[in-house]
Amino acid sequence: MEAASVPAPRRSAAEGAREIVSKYGLIAVLMLLPVVYGIQDLSEDGDLTRLGNNLLDGLSNGSIWALVAIGYTLVYGIIELINFAHGDVFMIGSFVAVGVWGAVGVTRGSGTLALVGGLFVTLLVAMVAASSLNVMIERVAYRPLRNAPKLAPLITAVGFSFILQNVGLLWLGGSPEGVPDLIRSQKEIANVGGVSVSRGDVLSIGAMIPLVLLLTTFISRSRMGKAMRATAQDPEAARLMGINVDTTISFTFLLGGLMAGAAGLIYALYQTTVWYFQGFTAGLVAFTAAVMGGIGNLKGAVLGGLIIGCIQQISDNRIGAEWTPAVVFGYLVLIMVFRPQGLVGEETREAG
Amino acid sequence: MTDQARRIVLVIVGSAIALYIFDSIQMDPVMGWVVIALAIARVFLADRRIAPLLSVAILAWAIVLPLFHDAGQGFIDDANIYLAMVVMALGLNIVVGFAGLLDLGYVAFFAVGAFSMGWFGSSFFANINDGNGLHIFVAERLGEQPGIHANFLLVVVAAIILTALAGAIIGLPTLRLRGDYIAIVTLAFGEIIGRVAINGDGVGLGNGETLTGGRQGITPVDKIQLPGGEPFQALNLRPWYWTALGMVLIVLFVNFRLRDSRLGRAWIALREDEVAAASMGVPLVKTKLLAYATGAAFGGIAGAFLASYNNTVNADQFAFYFSIVVLASVILGGLGSVWGCVVGGITLAFINFTFIPDIARDWPQDLGLDFDMSEVFFAIFGFLLVIMMVLRPEGLIPERRRKLELTEGIGAGDTALGGGETIEEVRA
Repeated sequence: MEAASVPAPRRSAAEGAREIVSKYGLIAVLMLLPVVYGIQDLSEDGDLTRLGNNLLDGLSNGSIWALVAIGYTLVYGIIELINFAHGDVFMIGSFVAVGVWGAVGVTRGSGTLALVGGLFVTLLVAMVAASSLNVMIERVAYRPLRNAPKLAPLITAVGFSFILQNVGLLWLGGSPEGVPDLIRSQKEIANVGGVSVSRGDVLSIGAMIPLVLLLTTFISRSRMGKAMRATAQDPEAARLMGINVDTTISFTFLLGGLMAGAAGLIYALYQTTVWYFQGFTAGLVAFTAAVMGGIGNLKGAVLGGLIIGCIQQISDNRIGAEWTPAVVFGYLVLIMVFRPQGLVGEETREAG
Repeated sequence: MTDQARRIVLVIVGSAIALYIFDSIQMDPVMGWVVIALAIARVFLADRRIAPLLSVAILAWAIVLPLFHDAGQGFIDDANIYLAMVVMALGLNIVVGFAGLLDLGYVAFFAVGAFSMGWFGSSFFANINDGNGLHIFVAERLGEQPGIHANFLLVVVAAIILTALAGAIIGLPTLRLRGDYIAIVTLAFGEIIGRVAINGDGVGLGNGETLTGGRQGITPVDKIQLPGGEPFQALNLRPWYWTALGMVLIVLFVNFRLRDSRLGRAWIALREDEVAAASMGVPLVKTKLLAYATGAAFGGIAGAFLASYNNTVNADQFAFYFSIVVLASVILGGLGSVWGCVVGGITLAFINFTFIPDIARDWPQDLGLDFDMSEVFFAIFGFLLVIMMVLRPEGLIPERRRKLELTEGIGAGDTALGGGETIEEVRA
C-alpha cells in the first residue's frame, strides 16, 4: 500500500520541477551574466556604472540585431523556413548604404541638414535594395521548392548566402573596411549617473523604435497584414478565403528586407566598419535572437535582439571578444534545452 | 523530364566528367573503360547481375590506380583527400540520410578527430613525462621526441571514442527538437568547437600545456604508422592512398551492415515518422544518440587521417563552410543512399579541392577577364547548391525508399521521379 502511494506525489513533484525549469530556467540563465558581473562591479567599484555602460551599448547593438531578427521571424512565421541568406541581405544593405552616401556626397564635413537629408535618402535606397534582393531570392530559390522536402530550401538558402558573401567579397575586398564616421557615433551627448549616452546609441535605438512601431501597426491594421497573419496560421485556408498566398509570402520577404536594409545602414554608421563576413555572424546572432524571443513572434524578436545585444556586449567587455560567438551560441543551445518555444512564443510542432 | 531522359542526361554528364578526368591526368585506360562500360550497362540494362560485376571492377580499378601515377604528387595527392571526404560523407549520411536529423555542424567531428591526432600523435604536449614524451607502439626514431606519440590505430580508437562522445553530447539538447531547430543547434555546436579550436591556445591544462595550438595550429604531426610497419613517407603517397581506400571500404561495409540492421531500420522509421516509430517501441533517445555517435565517429576517423596527411591541425580549417561541403556531398549523392555518398563525396571534393583551385583557375584569364577563379569560389559553390536543389532535389543516386517519401504529396500521377505511383497507391 505504501509502495503504491509513493510514486504518485513524486511524479507530480518531478512534473512541477520540470514546469518551473521550463518557465523560469531560461530567465535564470539569462540573468546569470548581468547578476554575476553586477555583484562583481558592486564589490570592486562600489557602483554599477560599468554594467550600465555595457547594457546601454548592448541595447543599441541589440537594436540592430532586433531589426535583422524581425526578418527571420516574419519569414519563419509564414513559411517555416530559416532564411539563411537573410544575414547576407543585411550585409548587402550595409554595402549599399556605404556606396550611396558616398555617391550622394555626404561627408563628415556636411552640415546638419545635408547630413540628415543625405542619410534619409541612403536609408530609403538601402531599404529598397535589400528588400528587392530578398524578394528576388524568394522568387528564385524558395518558390520553386515550395512542395519539395524541407531540406531543399534550406540548402538553397545556404547557397544564396555563399553567393551574396562572394558578391560582398568582390565589392569591398576580404578585410574589414573602415567607413567615414559620419555621425561621430562615439561622441557623448549625455551622461546619466556615469552611464555615457553616445550619438550612436541614440541613433540606433531611436531608429529601431519607430520602424518596429510602423511594422507592428502595419501588420495589425492593414489588409496585407491581415493576409499575412492568415497565411501564417493556415496557408490552405487562407487560399480558400481568396488570399493570394504567393504575393503575401513575397510581401513578407519584402518587409524583412526593408528592416534588414535599415539595420545595414545603422550598422555602418554605428560600427564604422563593414565587411563581407558581417552578414554570416549577424545572421546567426539574429536568428538566435528570434529563437530566444519565440520564433514567429515580432515582439519576441525585438526582445531577443536586445537581450542578445546585452549578452554580447557583456561578453565582449568581460570575457573577451574572441569568445563572444561561443558565448552567444552557448546561449542558443541553452535556450533550446530550457525553452525551445522561446520567451514569449507558443509551442510549435518543431519545438515540441 | 522523363526518367529515361534523366538517365541519358546523367550518363552524358557523367561520361563528360570522366573523359575530362581521363584526358587531364592520363589515367590507366583499360580498367577505366571497363568500369565506364559496366556503369553505362548498369544504368540502361536494368539487369541485377551487372551490379556485383561493376563493384568488383570498380574495386580492382581503385586498388591498382595509384601504380599508374606519380607516387609523390598530383592525382594521388588529390585522391587521398577525396577518399577522406567520402568517409566524412558516409558518416554524415548516417545522421542526415538514415536518421533524418539535419546536422549543420559536422565540422565539429572533423575538428575533434584532427585534434585527437594532434594530441596523441605529435610533440604538442611537450612537457609530458618531464619532457621525455610518451611512446606507444611507434618506431624507434620517434623515441627521442617529447610529447605523446601513439600508433595510428590507437589514435583512431581514441578519435572514435572522443568523437562519439562529442556526437552524443551534441545530440542531447536536440532530443526534444525537430527539423530546422536541430540544424541550428548543431550549427551552434560546430561554431563553438571552431571557436574553442581558435582560442584554445589561451586555455591552460596545467604543466604549461594548452588545449589547442590556436591559429598557429599543431605542426608537425606524426606520419601514419600502422602496427608492424614503418611510418609512411611524405614523398611516397601510395601507402596513404591504400590506407584511405581501406578506411573507405571498412566504413562502407559498416554503413551497409548498419543500414540493414535492427538499428538501421529504427533510424529509417524515425526519419519517416517519429511518433509512429516511438509507438512501435523504437527507443527514441537511444536511437538518436547512437545515430549521432556513429556518424560522428566516422568523421573522427577521417579527421585523424587528414590531420596526419596534411601534417597540421590548423584551427582555421574548422569553419562552417566545411560542414556545408560534406552536407552538400550527401545531398548531391542522394540522402540515405550509400553509393550516392561515394559519388557525391568524390564529386564535391573534386570541385572543391581540384576543379576550382587548379583546373578552372585560369579560365577567366583565358577569356580575357580580369579576375581569378578563386575569388568567385563561394559564388560558384553557392550557385551549384541552388541549381542542384532546384533541378534534382533527390540527388544523383536516390535511395529507393527515400524517393517514395519525396514523391509523397506531389501527386501519384507525377512520373518525373519514376516508378513511384504503384507502390504509393498501396501505401495510401
